[in-house]
This record gives sequence, C-alpha cells and structure tokens, in this order.
Amino acid sequence: MIHSHDDTIAAISTPLGEGGIGIVRVSGRDSVQIAEKIFFSSRNKSLTEAAAYKVTHGFIVDPSTRRKIDEVLVMIMRAPHSYTRENVVEINCHGGMLPLRNTLELVLHHGARLAEPGEFTRRAFLNGRIDLSQAEAVLDLIRAKTDESRRIAVEQLQGGISEKITALRDRVTEICTHVEVCIDFPEDEIEIATKQDLMHSLNHILEDLKILEKTYDDARYFREGLSTAIAGRPNVGKSSLLNALLQKDRAIVTEIPGTTRDIIEEYLNIKGLPLRIMDTAGIRAVQDLAEQEGVRRSLKSIENADLVLAIFDESHPLTEEDFEVLEKVKDKNTIYILNKNDLPAAVAKEVFSSFIPHHSSLLKISATGGDGIDALKEQIVAASLKNWPEEREGVVISNLRHKIAIEHAHGALERATTALGEDQHLEIVALELRDGLDRLGEIVGAVTTEDILNRIFSNFCIGK
Amino acid sequence: MYRERDYDVIVIGAGHAGCEAALASSRMGLETCLFTINIDTIAQMSCNPAVGGLAKGHIVREIDALGGEMAKVTDRAGIQFRMLNMSKGPAVWSLRAQADRVLYRLAMRQSIESQKNLDIKQALAEKIEVGDGRVKGVLTSLSVFYGARAVIVTTGTFLKGLIHIGLENFSAGRAGEFPSIGLSDSLQNLGLQMGRLKTGTPPRLDAKTIDFSKTEPQYGDDPPQPFSHSTEEITNPQLPCFITYTNPETHSAILNNLDRSPLYSGKIKGIGARYCPSIEDKVVRFAERPRHQVFLEPEGLETQEYYANGIPTSLPYDVQVKFVRTIPGLEAVEIMRPGYAIEYDFVFPAQLQNTLETKDIDGLFLAGQINGTSGYEEAAAQGLMAGINAALKLQGKEPLILGRHEAYIGVLVDDLITKGTNEPYRMFTSRAEYRLLLRHDNADLRLMDRGHAIGLLDDEVYGKFLERKRLINEERERLGKTRVRYNDPSKTETLEQLLKRPELTYAFIDKVSPSHKNLAPVIKKQVEIQIKYDGYIVRQMEVAEKLKKIEGKVIPEDFNYTAVNGLSREVLGKLQEVRPANLGQASRIPGITPAALSLLMVAIERRKREGKDKRTS
Repeated sequence: MIHSHDDTIAAISTPLGEGGIGIVRVSGRDSVQIAEKIFFSSRNKSLTEAAAYKVTHGFIVDPSTRRKIDEVLVMIMRAPHSYTRENVVEINCHGGMLPLRNTLELVLHHGARLAEPGEFTRRAFLNGRIDLSQAEAVLDLIRAKTDESRRIAVEQLQGGISEKITALRDRVTEICTHVEVCIDFPEDEIEIATKQDLMHSLNHILEDLKILEKTYDDARYFREGLSTAIAGRPNVGKSSLLNALLQKDRAIVTEIPGTTRDIIEEYLNIKGLPLRIMDTAGIRAVQDLAEQEGVRRSLKSIENADLVLAIFDESHPLTEEDFEVLEKVKDKNTIYILNKNDLPAAVAKEVFSSFIPHHSSLLKISATGGDGIDALKEQIVAASLKNWPEEREGVVISNLRHKIAIEHAHGALERATTALGEDQHLEIVALELRDGLDRLGEIVGAVTTEDILNRIFSNFCIGK
Repeated sequence: MYRERDYDVIVIGAGHAGCEAALASSRMGLETCLFTINIDTIAQMSCNPAVGGLAKGHIVREIDALGGEMAKVTDRAGIQFRMLNMSKGPAVWSLRAQADRVLYRLAMRQSIESQKNLDIKQALAEKIEVGDGRVKGVLTSLSVFYGARAVIVTTGTFLKGLIHIGLENFSAGRAGEFPSIGLSDSLQNLGLQMGRLKTGTPPRLDAKTIDFSKTEPQYGDDPPQPFSHSTEEITNPQLPCFITYTNPETHSAILNNLDRSPLYSGKIKGIGARYCPSIEDKVVRFAERPRHQVFLEPEGLETQEYYANGIPTSLPYDVQVKFVRTIPGLEAVEIMRPGYAIEYDFVFPAQLQNTLETKDIDGLFLAGQINGTSGYEEAAAQGLMAGINAALKLQGKEPLILGRHEAYIGVLVDDLITKGTNEPYRMFTSRAEYRLLLRHDNADLRLMDRGHAIGLLDDEVYGKFLERKRLINEERERLGKTRVRYNDPSKTETLEQLLKRPELTYAFIDKVSPSHKNLAPVIKKQVEIQIKYDGYIVRQMEVAEKLKKIEGKVIPEDFNYTAVNGLSREVLGKLQEVRPANLGQASRIPGITPAALSLLMVAIERRKREGKDKRTS
C-alpha cells in the first residue's frame, strides 16, 4: 500500500536497545493534536499553545484507562521549521523500552500511522527541506532500510510468521470466494457453503488471530521480562520463596512481620523465560508510616503484575489479612501457594480450594526446605505462556506493525462474522472480508481480485 | 487510389463499441464516419440476445448517465426485464434484459442514421495510414482513402476471425460474415503487440420442435423497469425464458466425441474465458456434476429461433444434434444454426493510455473486443469513452477519465491498461474496490454532471436529473432535522436515525411523517439507501479520497525509468511496459512493491524540481 504524504506518521526515532532515554517522533498535520490527547503537562500547559523548541514536562497517560505510561519531556517544532517541514512533536521517554513502545502505540491509536522506513527523511526531501545533493543520500537510505526490512522479512519468513499469515489469508480468501460467487453469479446453479459453515470457519480464523495477537504480549515477556508479584500477608514466607527461586539470600528473612519494607526487584530466568520478580511488603493494617507506604506500593505492583504468586501459610488458620490478599488477587493471573508444608497443617487443602477461583492452580511447597519449588517453576512457565500457540516454532508476533495489522484484520473479520450472523447484505460481508484480507496483506502481500476470481473459476462451474 | 473526403473521426466497425463511439463523437460536434463490412448487421448481438446482468447492468446505466445509447436501445428492443440479486443489497442489484435481436439492430441503426454529423459507409478497412507518428486516414479494400484526424478501431471478433465447428474451420468475422485480414496486419505493422483469443456460442434451436412443457418458465418483472432515464415505459410484449438441464446421457454423448472437438484436439490456440466455458469444458472439468443448466432464450418477438444459453460448443454438427436431443424438452429439436467457436486477434491493452488512445500512435484509439474484453456492455462502454476522448482531444479539451471509485467503466479501463489481460475480460462486481459507491441506483448521481459537461447528455434529461437530485437532498435534510418519538417515549430521534435501523424502511417514514412533496418511489428508495448505507459509503469515500491524492501524482509521459536508482529489473520491465500515468496506477501494476513506489516518488519530485531550477535560471 502506498501512502500519500499528508497524513501523520510516528516512529521510535532512537536506536532500539536498553538505553534509558528514547524519542517517539510524530510528524504531520495532526501531530500536535494527537500528542495533546495523551500528554498531561505537570503545569497544566497546553501543547497547542506551547512555544516551539521549548521543552514541556509532563506525563503520557492513556486517556481510556487513565494509566500513566511515562514521565516525559515534549518538544514541539512547527511547520516549516522542522526536519520534515511539517509539525513535529518529539516525546522524550525515560522509562526504557516498554514505556517507549506503549507511548508509540498510544500515538498510533490516536490517529497517526507507523512511519515507513526512511519516511521522515523522504518527507524532508519532498517538502524541500533537503537539497538535491542530499537526495542521493535519501535514496541510499530508503534502499538501505528496504534491504534491512527485506532481511527481516526473510528471517520472519523462516520463523513461520509469513507462513502462518499466508495460511490464514488463504482461509479468508476461501470464504470470500464463496461470498463473491454468490454475488456475481446469481443465475448459475452453484453449491456454496452454508452460512453456518462460513461462520464456523470465520470463528476459527478469529480464534487463531486472537492467539497470534496474544503472542505479541508473550514476546514482550521475552523482551522485557514478565512482571511477577509475590503477594501475601506478612511473614507467610514471601522472601523465603523469592530466595528459593533465586537460590540466594537476597531479601532479609526474619521472624518479625513487616521486615520487607520496600519492593525488591529481581531478575530470574526460568526455562528461558525472564521473570522480573517483585517481592512485596506484606499486606496488613499498619501504623508505621514507612510501612504504610510499603503496603501501598505492594498493592500497586500486584495491580500491574502479569503474574501473581499468592502465598499462604498452611501451618496457620487463614486470617483476615489472608482473605484480603485473596480478594486483591482474584482477577489476576495467579498461582496459589500453600507454604510451610513441612510444619503441621492448620488449613485443609480442600477447605482452601473453596476460597480460590475455580481452575486456579494450587501448590504446596516449603520455601525454606525447597520442597515443591521445581513444580512451582513449571507452573510459572505454564501460567505465563497460557496464550502461547501450540506449535512453538517461532510463530510469535514481535513487530508492532504486524500486531496492528492483525488487530485490524481481527476487527474487520469480526464485523464480517456479525454481518453474516445478522443476515446483513452479502455485499457488506464481502466489504469486511476484503478489509480483513487487505490488513493481512499488509504483512504478506495483497490478495488481488484475480486471486479470488481464479478460485471462483476453478472451484465453481460458472457460465450461464 | 481514390481520395474521398476527410473526416474528423473515423470509426471502423459498427458493433456495440463502434456505434457508441460514432454517436458520441458526432454528437459532440465532430464530422464522423462509421465503416461497417455489412450495414445490415449494425449493432448485431452476435452472441446471446441479452443485455445487462451483474456488473454489466451497472455499466449500461453508466453509459446512459454519460449520454450513450445502449440503455435506450435495449429499452426499445427488450422483451424481458429482470432485476437480479434483489435479496443481496442495493450495490449488487443488477438489471438484465432479453432483447429482440432484430429490434435491437433496427433501433440502433435508426439512432445512427438520424444522427447529424455522422455518415455510414459499407466498406472493408484495409489499412490505417500513419505519418510522423500520427494517424492520417483509412484505406479501404476498394482502394478508397478517407483522411481522418482520429481513428477508432472497434473490430470485435473480425480480425483474422477463424470459425471452428468440429474439426472443420473457415475464416469469418462472425457466422456468415467476411473476416478482416488486412487490417490486423496493418495494426501489427504499426508496432502493436497482438495475441489471440477464443469465444464460443451455443446452437440456436427451432421453437416449433421444443416441448416447453418439460421445462420451467422464467418470467420477467412486472412491470418491467427500464435501463434508461429517458425511457418512460417498456412497450414491447414480454416473453418468458425456459430452463431445462443436461443429464448423464448428455455428458456421455459429449465425452465420447471429445476426439472430434477442436478444443481438445489442440486445433484452437486462442485462449477462452474461464467464466464462459463450453459445455465440453464443463463436462470434463466438473465431472462430478450430474447436470448443467440450459436457458432457452427467445431471439425475438417475430421468430421461432431460441438461443440455448449454457451450452456453447464447437463440437461437430452431428454431435451437437445428438447431445442436444438428450435434454428434456429438446428430444425432437431441430438445430437452426449450429454452435461454433471463433478465434480472433486482439491487441494487448497495456499499450493504451487511459483515454483508450494507443501510447505510440497519436490519434489511434481502440475499443471493445479488440482490447481483449468480452461482452456487449464492456464493448459499448469502451466505444463511448474512446468516442468521447477522441472528440475532446480534437477539440483541444481535457480528456474524460473516470476513476475506479466513480464508475465500473473506470475500473474496466484502468484494469485493461494497467493489468492487461490474457483471457477475454469480463466485468464482475468483485473487480470494484468501491462496490458500495458504484451502485446501479446512483449511476445518474455519479455521472450525469460529467455527461452533460462534455455535451453528450441532453438538457432535458439533465434538467430532470437536477430536479431529482434537489428532491433527494431536500428530503435527506428534512429527515435529518425532523424529530419524532418512537418506542422509547422519553426521547426524540431524527427520522434519519430511525431509518438507519435495519427493521425500518422508507415505508415507515410514509407512515409517521410523510413528505408533502409526493416523492417518486425512486427518490424515496435513493434516500433510504443513502441513509442506511451512510457508514459504509463514508468509509469507502475516505479510502477513495486517499487514492485520489496518489492519483494526483502524475508521472511525465517521457519519464525515464532506467534513471531511477535501485529498481529491480522485474519492476523496471513492468513500469516500462505499462508506463503508468500516475503513482496510483503504478501502485496497481502487479509486482510493484511499496519500496519501488517510494523510489519513484522521490525521482519524480526530483525531476520536477530540476525542471523548475532550469526555468528560473
């Protein structure tokens, strides 16, 4: 798909890596308005009125969830006084890769399009910002980027993404063929699939797309580590558990409740899966101010965690605080752990089971003795990769552009399914199917009308 | 050589393309001459006696909206009208008409003969004279030369036409007519790349020998709806068609004689259309099917001849008789004319500009089957566009180019010149990306302004259109403003919001808040469609708008692609072959990558600026 150059584009314009600071650059007519939607100035300043080349401090916030993404510095450059000669916004993020990506995603959700390789420079040239001698460099740059993307494409092809998407696209094309033959050959005697058949196939495709979409998050776990919170009332053995997983004495372990005042963050590698573990202060009613702050942070880290290890003391009857923990973690991806199985049990496993959500995993361990730790590791991997596709051979979406294309395809095909289900006119069904095909085509190349007609002619006896 | 008078425009061939081309250019004020091998077969329907159908019906409506003739003639000759696809939504409704073959020919001949600025000559064009890369005129087989500033070639299946019936074959333009041999060589000598296609027809049967009681009748709509906005009502008596089926006995009669089929013995070299296979193809390729439909279509009001649609064949006469007589109702049938296949030369259409003028010979236009298409409607549409653009060119005016979002005719021309074709090209609605915009019901809204602006659509028809448009817009405005209470007594909703609901139609408006203007049903329907489909229409318009911007990036005609650094050899080859008019067209050439387009965009901009620099220095 070729784009005209009067829409608004965005990209991360610093090299991808582990550096602390990165820049999301937005260029085009609507760049300031888009940034305005997701930027909250610390001094209540509006970006539209902000002076050019002056830095404004504030936060990137997802307006739909009100979640803070990162603390940032934003600079506005107004047309034609910018690199591209368009309105440009540069958002300097500080929080590393994840906030940088999230900020870019927000910008894209609010109306910008992901820039093509070399597109900022191309615009700079097309808008007369750089002269003819520099144009050669532009050509080189575009070519270089294209070679790079070709190399990546080849790698992805080997990784199976392309095969997977091509197969999905084929299945959509097949459905499209049935709809199109119905529309274009009303006078021919043709046997086409029933509405139920088509919806059935579509639902399968939607499921597969959803699984692929989720692999983007799994890939994120691999890139950034799965954030894991250990939750439990004081002194149930949270720090012992962390140490057992790390196999070293990192957290202070005492018999005095509330020893862990702050969140301890540790990196851990379980079967190749990087975990970012937060050992949290115990959840309890406290007077000590410092401890209060610790509890507040614990609650927050549980809320943000991808995975929660909720730990309980099997040797003590359940307390008010245990029930509070159960309440806090019930909607999270949680593994329930009964610790201290080396001591006489005071809680029957069967009784405990009745307090935790159905189908949740429940494990008995001894954090100090090491009993059950291996089983727990297995469980962590299983719970983290819940959305991992069955065939593990690299069918993972790691490219944001691909993820967006898949999301759009999913949306279009969902609308197609609804339209079919509601007996809307077939031309509407066809429109959504084509939209879905176009979106998948952004990853692996377009399906042309010829492809559909070829199938019609080879599968159906046409020709009144 | 005898030198006759000069014309502005000469049209070679008086089929569906040629008639529209000649009428358009003469109506736009140019001195025009129409050549035909046989005046008695002007506007002959050489294949099935029907006009319209899916996508083709849309094209006929578009021809009417631009001021063409096909819709009007079909209305005058039509003996059955049916709106197809009524259950599938307004964008794919399509009108189809059975026509009386003789009435059709006479109606068109009448229009042509009564047209000012238009002469008709029975003549066989032998050679197109060209000098300095420009068309000079046409030389006939009687060594008569006619000078012309533009020549439109619309020769259908006549170029080196070769008819096959069984293993017999003979040269002919169409059954019973002369072929055109010299003209094909003349085009080739002008440097045009040519290929060979094939098409076929079924046997024509004698109604006296058909037992219709064994078939199912299929009646048209009552009352019949006309194609043209100029037609008040359809006055011809209306006739049914009849449906019967082949059976395993038919199929074995065919299979047992494949060795005598020119298709299966390799005698036919031309490529046939996959959407219109011969009955022998159907039986071989879809062996599991126990039967195939046969439509018996009347050829006219005053004849016993019936067209057996669905069983085109080039099998020998005796096999045709044998297999046809296995079909229920046709046990004792007499074949009046056997089915046949015809091979003919065509010009690869990627050699044309979007005006249908050849890229290399100034003033030479091609339209219809010569460009690799099939179908009367596709031919007529091209003839009309070639006629219009030849006239505009000679008048020194901007050409009329229809976008893919504006008309099926736009899709047709763009496909031909951008993708070319290897088999006879037929229009399908699935070829249009903007199907919801290109509806049958809004052809007038899409195109009448343009038809009138070029002077083809007359003032009376245009005046009526403006009135319709006004009423539609006023009614939409009223529905958007008028609020009523419905279901939920706590709030009011506009009539427009209510009409968007799937369960409500305009009949609801008539009940709760009728217009005092006594609106015609077509206006109510148009308002309903526009409102109900608004969301989708807006969506498609947005995509079309984006496309339009890229189409605005013109590639200069003499652009040197080899000077663009970094294009792959394959891409370079395609660009040089098609020579796209703009970046939008370039993006639709199969095999052109986004990276190649980026390079092209930069190179074009660079050239533009270099040009500017030269001018200013």
